[in-house]
Amino acid sequence: MIKNMAEQTKKTFLEKAAESQVWKSIFRGGGVPRNRRQRMMSVLNSVFLHLHPVRLPKHAVKLKFTWCMGGLSFFIFLILTISGILLMFYYRPTIEYAYTDIIDLAEQVPFGIMRELHRWGAHAMVITVWLHMFRVFMTGSYKPPREFNWTIGVILLLLTLLLSFTGYLLPWDQLAIWAVTVGSNMARATPFLGHEGPGASLLAIGDINFITMASDARFALIGGRFMGEAALLRFYVLHCIGLPFIIMIFMAVHFWRVRKDGGISTPV
Amino acid sequence: MQEGKKTATKPPVRKAPAALGETVKENEVSRRSFFSWLSLGWVGFVAATGGFFTMMLRFFFPNVLFEPVQTFRAGFPDDYIIGEVDTKWKDKYGVWMIRNDEGIYALSTICTHLGCTPNWLASARKFKCPCHGSGFKSTGINFEGPAPRPLERYRIVLADDGEIIVDKTQKYQQEKGQWSDPEAFLRV
Repeated sequence: MIKNMAEQTKKTFLEKAAESQVWKSIFRGGGVPRNRRQRMMSVLNSVFLHLHPVRLPKHAVKLKFTWCMGGLSFFIFLILTISGILLMFYYRPTIEYAYTDIIDLAEQVPFGIMRELHRWGAHAMVITVWLHMFRVFMTGSYKPPREFNWTIGVILLLLTLLLSFTGYLLPWDQLAIWAVTVGSNMARATPFLGHEGPGASLLAIGDINFITMASDARFALIGGRFMGEAALLRFYVLHCIGLPFIIMIFMAVHFWRVRKDGGISTPV
Repeated sequence: MQEGKKTATKPPVRKAPAALGETVKENEVSRRSFFSWLSLGWVGFVAATGGFFTMMLRFFFPNVLFEPVQTFRAGFPDDYIIGEVDTKWKDKYGVWMIRNDEGIYALSTICTHLGCTPNWLASARKFKCPCHGSGFKSTGINFEGPAPRPLERYRIVLADDGEIIVDKTQKYQQEKGQWSDPEAFLRV
C-alpha cells in the first residue's frame, strides 16, 4: 500500500515528511520553502534563526573582511558554556575542596583535558573578542547607525573580562588568591563607594561613616573584609550564573542589532 | 468511530447572559477616579520594585562575618626581644611585632601597594614584597618599589593582667600623623 501511494504522488521521502503533522507542528509555516517569501518566513519563524539576517550579500561574509572573529567568539562562548557546566559536576567552591578538585579534574576525572579546554578557551575568547573589536574599528563598522551596537559590544567585552577575572579565582591557588586580592583592592578606590576612594568620607553623618571597610564596593564583591570563603563563593556564583546570564542577554541584543542595523559589514 | 463523532458534535453549553448593561452603569468608574487609581497603582508598583531592589542590595551585606578574629592576645612584653622583628603572628593574624628601645608596635603585613604580604628579610633588615618589589624599613617606612606609603600599624594596648592586646580593627597611618597616637605604640 505504501508503495502504491508513493507511485501515485511521486513525492520524495523528504517532501512527504514535510507535509506531515509532526513537521508542520515543529516548523511554523510548514512545508519545504519554495520561493523567496517562504524562505524568508522559515528564517523569521525560527527562534534561533530569526536573530540572523534573512539573506546576506556575498561580499559581507568574506573571511578577508570579517576575520569571522565575532562568530568565533560566540563559538568559543558555547564551548566554554558546555565545558564549564561539565566542570561544575566535580568542582566544589569551598576553601577545603576547591584546589584539590581542580587537581582531580586534571588527573583523575576522565578527559582531564576538559579543564584545560575551559581555561585555554577562556584565553582564546578574550583574544577573539579583542580582535573582533579591532576589525570592527578598522572597517569603520562602528559608525551610525551601528554606534549603539558598538556600545553593546563594549559591554560584552567588559563582561568577557569580568568572566575571566571571576574564573581566575576558582582554582584557589596562590596565583589566583593574590591576583584577585590585588584586583579587588582596586575597588577600595571606587569614587564614593570604596572606603579609600575620593568622596567616600562625604557619605557620613557626623562621625559615622557609611562607607567603611565592611560596607563598601569591595565588601559587596568579596563578601568580607578579607579574601576568603565568601569571596570564593561569590566569584563562583558570578562566574557560573550571574555573568553568563547577563552576557547572554547582551549577546542576543548584539546579534539582533547586527541584523537590524544593515547586516554584517555592509555599507549603510 | 461514528459514535465518537456523535458525542463530539454535542452542542456547546452557552452561559446565561449576565445583566451587563445595568451593573456596569451602577459601578462605573469615572475618568477622574480611573486616573487616580492608576497613579496610585504606579506609585505602589514603583515602591514595591524599589523596595525589592533595596532588599537585593542589602542582601549582599551580611550581619555576621565568619572571618578570623580581629583582636588577639600577643603574650607579654618580655616575650619580645629589643631590636628584632617577631614574625610569629604573621601567618595567623597578619601582624609583625617589633620592639625597639622605647616600646613595641604592631605592624600590618599588608603591602600598601596592592595588598600582598611582604617577607621580613633579617639579613637585609627590610620587609620585601614578592609581588612588585616594594621595600619597607623595620619601622614600616617605605623606601623602595611602588608602595606609595608606609605599612599601617594596629592598636596595641596592655590588658589588666599585663598581656599585650592587638586590635586590628583600629589602624594608624604614618602619613596621616597617626603614629603619635598613644595606642599606636606600646611604651615599655
